[in-house]
Amino acid sequence: MSAFIQYTLQGLATGGFYALAALGLAVIFGVMGVVNFSHGAMYMLGAVGSAVLLDVADVPFWGALVVVPVLLFLFGILVERLLVRWLLALDPLYNFLLTFGLTLLIVDLVKRRYGVSGLPYELPAGLEGRVTIGGLSLSSYQLFAAFFSVALCIAVWLLLTKTRIGMIVRASTEDAERTRALGINVGRWVTPVFGFGIALAGVAGVLAAPFRAITADMGSNFIIILFAVVVIGGLGSILGAVMAGFLVGLVEAYGQAYAPSYAQVLIFVLMAAVVLVRPAGLFGREEAS
Amino acid sequence: MAERLLTVDTLSAFHGEAQVLRDVSIDVSVGEVVTLVGRNGAGKTTLLRSIMGLHKNTRGSIALDGTTLDGKSADKRARLGIGWVPDDRGIYATLTVEENLSLPPVVDKDASWSLDRIYEQFPVLRERRDFPGTKLSGGEQQMLAMARPLRAGSRLLLLDEPSEGLAPVIVSQIGQIIRDIRSQGVAVLLVEQNVKFASTVADRHNLLAQGEVVESLDNDAFQSRTTELLQHLGM
Repeated sequence: MSAFIQYTLQGLATGGFYALAALGLAVIFGVMGVVNFSHGAMYMLGAVGSAVLLDVADVPFWGALVVVPVLLFLFGILVERLLVRWLLALDPLYNFLLTFGLTLLIVDLVKRRYGVSGLPYELPAGLEGRVTIGGLSLSSYQLFAAFFSVALCIAVWLLLTKTRIGMIVRASTEDAERTRALGINVGRWVTPVFGFGIALAGVAGVLAAPFRAITADMGSNFIIILFAVVVIGGLGSILGAVMAGFLVGLVEAYGQAYAPSYAQVLIFVLMAAVVLVRPAGLFGREEAS
Repeated sequence: MAERLLTVDTLSAFHGEAQVLRDVSIDVSVGEVVTLVGRNGAGKTTLLRSIMGLHKNTRGSIALDGTTLDGKSADKRARLGIGWVPDDRGIYATLTVEENLSLPPVVDKDASWSLDRIYEQFPVLRERRDFPGTKLSGGEQQMLAMARPLRAGSRLLLLDEPSEGLAPVIVSQIGQIIRDIRSQGVAVLLVEQNVKFASTVADRHNLLAQGEVVESLDNDAFQSRTTELLQHLGM
C-alpha cells in the first residue's frame, strides 16, 4: 500500500510536467491553430537552462524557476515574431514542419555546446530529503513538484476563466474566425499566447531538472507522450490537456512499477482505447453533425 | 427616404475556380429589414460572410455608412458596427451565457444595450446567465445570438436563417424581436428560406438564384406574388 502511494506521488509529479506542457500546447493550438512540435525542445531548454544557470551563474533551482520561464517566454515571442507568424496564413502543416525543423536545430545546438551526456543537477535546497507522513516516507521534492504543478494549473485555470483575457483566449480556442467576426483582434493575442505556451513548457523543464536526466534528447520522448496527452484529453480542450496530463503521468508511474517493460506501451494503449470510445478525446467536443 | 447604411455594389465572390456570387448589388437603410431569399447554395451565406470580411475571395465593393469596408479585417468591420449572427448561432460552449454576451467589445456606447436591459427583454437569459452557452435550447441560443450584437451596439445585424429548426411559437417570438430591433433604428439584413416568416418581418426582399439577384421588390409586391416567385426560384 505504501509503495502504491509512492508511485501515485511520482505519477502526479511527472503528470504535472505533462499537464503544464500540454496546457501550453493546447492554448497555442487553440488560438493559433499551430501544432508546436518544438514544445519538447522548449521543455528540454527549460531543464538545460536550469543546469547551465546553476553552473555558470550559481543561480539555484528557486531562481531558475522564475528566470528560465521568463527567458523562454521572450524566446517564444522571438520565434513567433520571426518565424511562426509568417506561416500562419498557410496550411497548418507548414508551421508543424517549421517547428519540427526548429527542434532539430535547437537539439543539435545544445548537443554541440553541452555534449550528449547528462548535465549534473541537484535537488533544490530544502527539498533534498524525505518527509514522513502517517508512516509513509515520501520524497519531499516529488511532493513539492506535484503540489506546485497542481497549483500552477489552477492559477492558469483561474486566469483563463476569471479574466477578460482568459475569456478571449477561450473564445479564440473554440473558434478563432467567429471570435474575429465578433470584433476581437485575435491577432493581437497571438504573440503573447505563444510566448506563454512556451514558458509553460519551460516551467515543466525546470521542474523536471532535479529528477530526470538532463540531456539534449530529453525532449524527443517527451513530445511524443505530450501528443498522446493532447489526443487523450481532446485536441483544443484546455481542461482535457490538464486532466490527461496527470492521467498519463499516473499510468506511466504505475506501469514502471508493476509492468516496467510495458510502461511506454501502456500510454499508447490508453490513447488507442480513448480514441476508439471517444474519437474527440475525453474532453473534446464531437464534431457537430 | 431613410439614410442608407449598407451598400453592396456589383459584388462577385469565388470559391476557388467556382463563382458563387455574380454582380450582386443590394442596400439596407437605417431601421430597415431587408431579406435575401433563395434556395440552398444560392450564395446567401457567402454574401453575409463577404460583408463580414470572412470570405475574402471577392470582387466589387462594400460600404458601411459611406465608408468602404474593402480590405478591412473582420474584427475591424465588427467594431464599425456590423453584428454577425451565424446560421449555427455561434454560441461558445466554453463561455457562460453572460460571457457570451460580454465577449464582443462595445462599439457604440449610446446604442449598446446594458446587460440589465437584455435580461429584461430576454428573462430566460438572466435565469441561465451562469450556464455554458450551449446548454440553452435552440430558441434560447438564437435569442442569445441576437442579443449579443445588441449589447455591442451594432448598427447592422446580419441574420443568417434565425428561424431554422425552431418551433413555430419560437419563430414568431424571433419575428417580434426583429421588429423590436428594427424600431430601435438598427438595420437588418436577413437571410431566409422560410418565406412566410420573411414576409412578416421584412420591408424589402432580394431573390437570389445561382449567385444572382433575380428580383428585388417590396413586401407588398412580394406577398401578392409569393407563389409565382417561389416557383421561379424552384423553392
